[in-house]
Amino acid sequence: MKMLINVPETVVDDALRGMAAAHPDLAVDVANRVVVRRDAPVAGKVGLVSGGGSGHEPLHGGFVGPGMLSAACPGEVFTSPVPDQMVRAAAAVDSGAGVLFIVKNYTGDVLNFDMAAELAEDEGVQVAKVLVNDDVAVTDSLFTAGRRGTGATLFVEKLAGAAAEEGAPLERVEAIARQVNESSRSFGVALTAVSTPAKGSPTFDLPQGELELGIGIHGEPGRERRAMMTSREIADFAVNAVLEDLKPTGPVLALVNGMGGTPLLELYGFNAEVQRVLGERGVSVARTLVGNYVTSLDMAGCSVTLCQVDEDLLRLWDAPVQTPALRWGR
Amino acid sequence: MPDQEPDPTLDAAFFRRWLIATAAAVEREADRLTELDSAIGDADHGSNLQRGFRAVTAVLEKESPATPAAVLTLAGRQLISTVGGASGPLYGTLLRRTGKALGDEPEVSHATLAEALGAGVAAVAQLGGAKAGDKTMLDALEPAVTALGTSFGAAAEAAEAGAAATVPMQAHKGRASYLGERSIGHQDPGATSAALLIAALGTAAEESR
Repeated sequence: MKMLINVPETVVDDALRGMAAAHPDLAVDVANRVVVRRDAPVAGKVGLVSGGGSGHEPLHGGFVGPGMLSAACPGEVFTSPVPDQMVRAAAAVDSGAGVLFIVKNYTGDVLNFDMAAELAEDEGVQVAKVLVNDDVAVTDSLFTAGRRGTGATLFVEKLAGAAAEEGAPLERVEAIARQVNESSRSFGVALTAVSTPAKGSPTFDLPQGELELGIGIHGEPGRERRAMMTSREIADFAVNAVLEDLKPTGPVLALVNGMGGTPLLELYGFNAEVQRVLGERGVSVARTLVGNYVTSLDMAGCSVTLCQVDEDLLRLWDAPVQTPALRWGR
Repeated sequence: MPDQEPDPTLDAAFFRRWLIATAAAVEREADRLTELDSAIGDADHGSNLQRGFRAVTAVLEKESPATPAAVLTLAGRQLISTVGGASGPLYGTLLRRTGKALGDEPEVSHATLAEALGAGVAAVAQLGGAKAGDKTMLDALEPAVTALGTSFGAAAEAAEAGAAATVPMQAHKGRASYLGERSIGHQDPGATSAALLIAALGTAAEESR
């Protein structure tokens, strides 16, 4: 596998140096791996900190800025960051109004953020945590690690971020983050496996003519493999899988997300099919976002995330946001 | 002790040798661990532990903790600060809690070590919410603790057998659990690396003879 890298060991640091050069609005601490909006801490504002393995760009560093995250902690590729990073991030963004940790439901992310929350609280920072677990491909039970956090992370970060920007207190920002997570569901498919820099070759074997249904964002295989389907068939499968679980009674936000290796030409075509199924199922779409937002390195494929919204959430969605990857209204 | 060899002195130097021997084993087996992880996880277990244990080696070269407990807690903190993922907090907790249970003695007995490692393993089970049979590092660690009462060699064998026994299991914790039945048929990378840690006890003992 050919990759535009120097050596696997420096991939994350190299990317952070490049990010710093491209986005002067961000303060990028390469040595400690913390990306912070440059004007932090903002007086009276709740800080939002997220993070997770690298390889999901623009998640999370690309969502740091006014109206969204206050700071992001990138870990090694597909590996959660370490508590030290989150403690530094929390200290950098806390104005005294407290900090919300937005954590995707993966064992490593959960453990490291839990440890970080304890340490940050020892340093006098008030910390709340919200777990994102939107992936309907995982059958949740007491005997699994629970549903994965995937595309809904973007919705949680945007909507809770907008609330924080408006000056909402920590309990309110946390409540909105929880509401958004509980109102969101996702389903993903892969057309190719992912190649991590550490391994240098595809992490699993996915032959031509087959696809994986129900994948996450870490290059792990999905819940089922089938013969390759058309965009129309994939949209039917994915949207129906989401609607089996979500059953929206009002308008939704739709995220048609690329996994990193699928061009926009295909994603827009897929979105046409997603909108068709939603129309057939009587679901009204309030806003749609199409692009590569919660990715899995070079994996070809896509995911669909729906979030049921009320007027308040829709207003927060439309509120101004100014980050490297999401930017509107100002 | 049924061991034919006399027990080495379990002092700070022994625990330092244990961790450095583990680091060497991780270095040697990193590719294999990553390969196992690519079957049911995300293909980075080897490189993550390598990063952590290189940091442990570096800090042990710089600092000289005086007691077994201090060696283990220093190393555990280093793993938590450098590994990330699930294995950072889990291995970090294993070493820190084992260290804590050893007390402040400059030398500990074999029985104290066995008991302390049991406390460390219990802390890992609690943190990860896992139990034996879930296809995790506990499947190697729990039998190792039981066998450690006999000898280091027995513990190493028990850990190795425990790791091998994860092959037919279905994962219920961690990233492999997302594969459901598809996780069956692959050895768990965490149980495999845990067996390396236990085997390194024997290496550290031999080096003292």
